[in-house]
Amino acid sequence: MADGIFSKLMQTSRLKSPWVYRVNGGSCNGCDIEIGPCFSPRYDAEQVGIVLQGSPKHADILLITGPVTLRTRAAIADIYAQMPSPKAVVALGSCPASGNVFAGSPTVLVGAAEAVVPVDIYVPGCPPRPQAIIEGIQQAARLLSEGRSRSQQALAASTNPEVKHD
Amino acid sequence: MTDWWRPLLAFLIWPGLLGGALLGWFDLWLYRKLLARLQGRQGPPFYQPFFDFVKLLGKRTILPGGISPLIFYGLPLVALVSVVAALALLPVPGTPMQSFSGDLVLLLYLLEMPALVDIIAGFATRSIYGQVGSTREAILSIGYNLPFITALVAVALQQGSFSLERVAAGPLGPVQILAGLALLLAIPARLKTNPFSIANAESEIVAGTHIEYNARPLALFELTHSLEVVAMAGLFAVLWVGPVADTGLRLILYLLVSAGVVGLTCLVAAAMARLKVEHAFRFFWTWGALAAALALAAALIW
Repeated sequence: MADGIFSKLMQTSRLKSPWVYRVNGGSCNGCDIEIGPCFSPRYDAEQVGIVLQGSPKHADILLITGPVTLRTRAAIADIYAQMPSPKAVVALGSCPASGNVFAGSPTVLVGAAEAVVPVDIYVPGCPPRPQAIIEGIQQAARLLSEGRSRSQQALAASTNPEVKHD
Repeated sequence: MTDWWRPLLAFLIWPGLLGGALLGWFDLWLYRKLLARLQGRQGPPFYQPFFDFVKLLGKRTILPGGISPLIFYGLPLVALVSVVAALALLPVPGTPMQSFSGDLVLLLYLLEMPALVDIIAGFATRSIYGQVGSTREAILSIGYNLPFITALVAVALQQGSFSLERVAAGPLGPVQILAGLALLLAIPARLKTNPFSIANAESEIVAGTHIEYNARPLALFELTHSLEVVAMAGLFAVLWVGPVADTGLRLILYLLVSAGVVGLTCLVAAAMARLKVEHAFRFFWTWGALAAALALAAALIW
């Protein structure tokens, strides 16, 4: 009974308090500019608990912008590894999904963000609107709260081989 | 000693851990909400600081390289226990704690611990940002402690006692008002809010001394911070509402004055940009020193 209350409280807390770290994987800066207004008076993501953090160690959700270049690949993998579990990844815009107009460039990674980190939510757009970014972060927070983010599932699978995944 | 339960109750329930945490979360919410409204935003919901804390408790801690786990986990615990003990000493209305001679000196030492722990934490975690944050905090603490300690000494001098209960019970005279003003100068620096958010300047040195802290130790640091808010606002409040005889009325006044201090800190933070560490230091050693000297002079005259 008490266990149920605590896990329910933890689920609610994860849903209501997504702290975000953003990383630019060779973006044109368009998506990064769209993150700013999310925290302005017009959209104010803090009213749903979203806070920008300066250190990946304080964050729950990683925002990736840009097509992930060869230069930024190691940095993104490193930053993702520094985030404490449970964590989720939100890819902003068309670039981390497909490479967008940079696809095929010799300095851009084949397979984009998915080749480096397990992406949970893709927010489409070039750049996406601030509302869409906030919705993407909230969807990632819901995944975290329900234990369905890919890092949580991988962790569960590695510690408990009886849990099935499809 | 038949009253062994009094300090325990004061430490764990009111005004210590439980009451302090609830009040601290309320104060933090008030601060964030007011800041948001001043910036034309809606601001976080009422339960936000509580959910932030619970969420951090539910994360897996990453131990950074080059630091012993004992120090990494021990430092936030030391800071938390010190602040809770300081809160337990405060002559808050309805406290079960009995004041003893010299508890004001103990309170000063206990309130110094979070800053000291921050300085050690920044250096020990071996992050370059943490080290810069530690250096800034160390320099700043020499600055803000001048008005802070002198103000309390001035009130103690006037009352002729270092017992918190007697210091707080003094009538609201010129000494209390001047000492309160000197405390108000030091409180934003103690709470690391603008214009003195120098040691945790997020746009310059990321998260300052707490940069390597994550998950549960970070949750403890966040809780320590909210309790520090309660302790600082409460210290100011008990000096001003102490003479009120009725306990219920004093409790209401205590909560109102505490919220007022948080609101005033927020107003200053919203209106001002961050100072450089040398400018902040100069501010405390001129205006802070002046306020402290006036409080001391008033204590000697009245």
